[in-house]
Amino acid sequence: MNHLRLIIKREYLTKVRNKSFILMTFLTPFIMIGLFLFVGYLSSVNNDTVRTIYVLDETRYVSEAFKTNDYTIYNHLSEIDLETAKTLANQENAYGLLHIPNMPIESVSGLIKFYSEESASLSLISSLESKIESKLSELKLQSEGVNLALIEASKMVVNINQESFEGVKTSKVGSIMKLIFGGAAGYLLFMFIIIYGNMIMRSVIEEKTSRIIEVIISSVKPIQLMLGKIIGTSLAGITQVVTWIVLGAILLFAASAIFGVDLSQSSQQDMVNEALSSPESTDKIQMIINEFNTLPIGNLIVAFILFFIGGYLLYSSLYAAIGAAVDNETDTQQFMIPILIPLILAIYVGVFTLIEDPHGTVSTVFSYIPFTSPVVMLMRIPFGVPLWQQITSLIILILTFMFILWFAAKIYRVGILMYGKKPTYKELFKWLKY
Amino acid sequence: MNTLLETKDVSKYFGEFQALNAVSIQVPKHSIFGLLGPNGAGKTTLIRIINQITMPDTGSVLLDGEALQPHHVQYIGYLPEERGLYKSMKVGEQALYLAQLKGLSYSEAKKRLKYWFDKLEIGHWWDKKIEELSKGMAQKIQFVVTVLHQPKLLIFDEPFSGFDPINANLIKDEILQLRAEGATVIFSTHRMESVEELCDHIALIHESKKILDGKLNDIKRDYKTNSFEVGLLSDNMEALQQTIEEKFKVSPANFKSLHDDLKLNISLGSQGTSNDLLGFLTSQAQVLHFKELIPSASDIFIQTIQNSNS
Repeated sequence: MNHLRLIIKREYLTKVRNKSFILMTFLTPFIMIGLFLFVGYLSSVNNDTVRTIYVLDETRYVSEAFKTNDYTIYNHLSEIDLETAKTLANQENAYGLLHIPNMPIESVSGLIKFYSEESASLSLISSLESKIESKLSELKLQSEGVNLALIEASKMVVNINQESFEGVKTSKVGSIMKLIFGGAAGYLLFMFIIIYGNMIMRSVIEEKTSRIIEVIISSVKPIQLMLGKIIGTSLAGITQVVTWIVLGAILLFAASAIFGVDLSQSSQQDMVNEALSSPESTDKIQMIINEFNTLPIGNLIVAFILFFIGGYLLYSSLYAAIGAAVDNETDTQQFMIPILIPLILAIYVGVFTLIEDPHGTVSTVFSYIPFTSPVVMLMRIPFGVPLWQQITSLIILILTFMFILWFAAKIYRVGILMYGKKPTYKELFKWLKY
Repeated sequence: MNTLLETKDVSKYFGEFQALNAVSIQVPKHSIFGLLGPNGAGKTTLIRIINQITMPDTGSVLLDGEALQPHHVQYIGYLPEERGLYKSMKVGEQALYLAQLKGLSYSEAKKRLKYWFDKLEIGHWWDKKIEELSKGMAQKIQFVVTVLHQPKLLIFDEPFSGFDPINANLIKDEILQLRAEGATVIFSTHRMESVEELCDHIALIHESKKILDGKLNDIKRDYKTNSFEVGLLSDNMEALQQTIEEKFKVSPANFKSLHDDLKLNISLGSQGTSNDLLGFLTSQAQVLHFKELIPSASDIFIQTIQNSNS
């Protein structure tokens, strides 16, 4: 095992000292935060422009629906004809002119026009439309003698409270949260596998292109070498991700200290605050908190760590096997797709079947198959999965990882005898028998 | 026990192709053992089996009388034909890493590396990356790494390829020195002049079979044909040639001399000794040149393979 430690150390140090690795590690947070600030800046620029809209309401009863706010100023015109209003709006550099002709409520709806220099933004038009629609239907109801207060009072909101036979409370919000959790875990795994799996593959290929492989495997067993590479590269990956998080947090903190006003007073913040203050959403927040408390947090954290590691090791051993089979990176393409398919499948299965039935046959089966279990099982666990199922799935996962590692080592051993030949699947299978 | 390494009926298939067919060799202790054979004969496969890179299908390998086991790798130093080092790693770091993989402690490895680097006057390369060195320089590092853990058995596959004559000589001297210090060397090559110079035992592998092995001198004795190369001076060359041709089997010889002498290869077969021939020749002419024809390793190589092909 002393050898394994040496290999891990070498792999780790080689990765961490690599110039492009260092560059990526320190540059990525700057780029991300920079992008974040840039987008924030752009949206604040967008929100700063105040639009002036002229409203010529000949009916006189729709216009009260338009009230000036922070982003739009409504200028109500009266006692002038349309042509004059148009000229005026144009002269004053208004964003546009809304014209509601003098017609009965029943027939006015098709005749309303909006004049502007450039074609108006979609969101503005639909907001005007909805304002007019609700005002008109209100007026219509009133004219039919309906009491508006009664209609307001008759509006009902239904939220079915779910509870299992054992008395565990759950809800739609909770299900969505669970899906998001599972999806995020799956996505994280996916990204990690793609970035660092590739790194492992390249490091395996490197030994073949530099021709050092024969010296190395006359000293250590290929399986030790593979394991060492996988662990060493993964540790480098963890180092990188942790650096990103720490550096990102520091930068975000620094950025908000410098551009503090921009960040805290953005319009999104306002919206959130507004939403929080309304009584309905307080209920929702309370519900999310309740849901969160019912989640099997301890189980989730442990399962996340174990399945994440297991899934990552499994896929990285596949990458190592590919690296062992080929001579250079261009030959790896044909083997790439079969690796990515089960991963993508896992996320699809996870998202689509879990909504239908988290414990249905499809999701249960896929949470046992080692290539999909890390993602699917992580998505199922928030809905409550018996411990024995989790353990069985984990054991299958680890056994498969060990098998693939053995397989990769076997290919590695034979692969060195075959320089310059692009292997086919058939040949790979034959190599196993050597 | 005078045998360090022994392979017993080692066979190896790659799919349908048989790479080795019941190959048995004995490598005596402290010998330099030449593993010879044309390209694709199976030499490298045999070497890889000895290094436990591949496993034999049948047969066994004994090192110092013990069946080969994983821990034996530390007693073997292997310089493969396809060689290289991590390009972006520093020389010193890399040598330390490889030495530790062979079981040396960090401090011991460092001490020995310093000794070797001083000896070969390459100490100033320590902090350079391999990619900054020339191919020959990298080969030197590789040689040091191969011998650093003082293995009992050294295996060199085409060790001189890629070295200039000066460095090739340097390495040759080091190999001889290592043998003198007690190492046993297996040496696979096509370069017959280095076999002649270095090897005392050889085995010849052809089409996955061993077709010849033994002490180089014994083999040469077996292969010599009791023939002699002579240069003669006489007033009447034609008469002289005729007299000799009547008595012996003769063919023209080719060697350099200062005189315009008659150059012949005379094969005695089983009729008499060198003294008999010399006695006869001195009675006929002035003998300027007399040399027993000893087959070179190259001659033996070519002849054996041609015989086995026909």
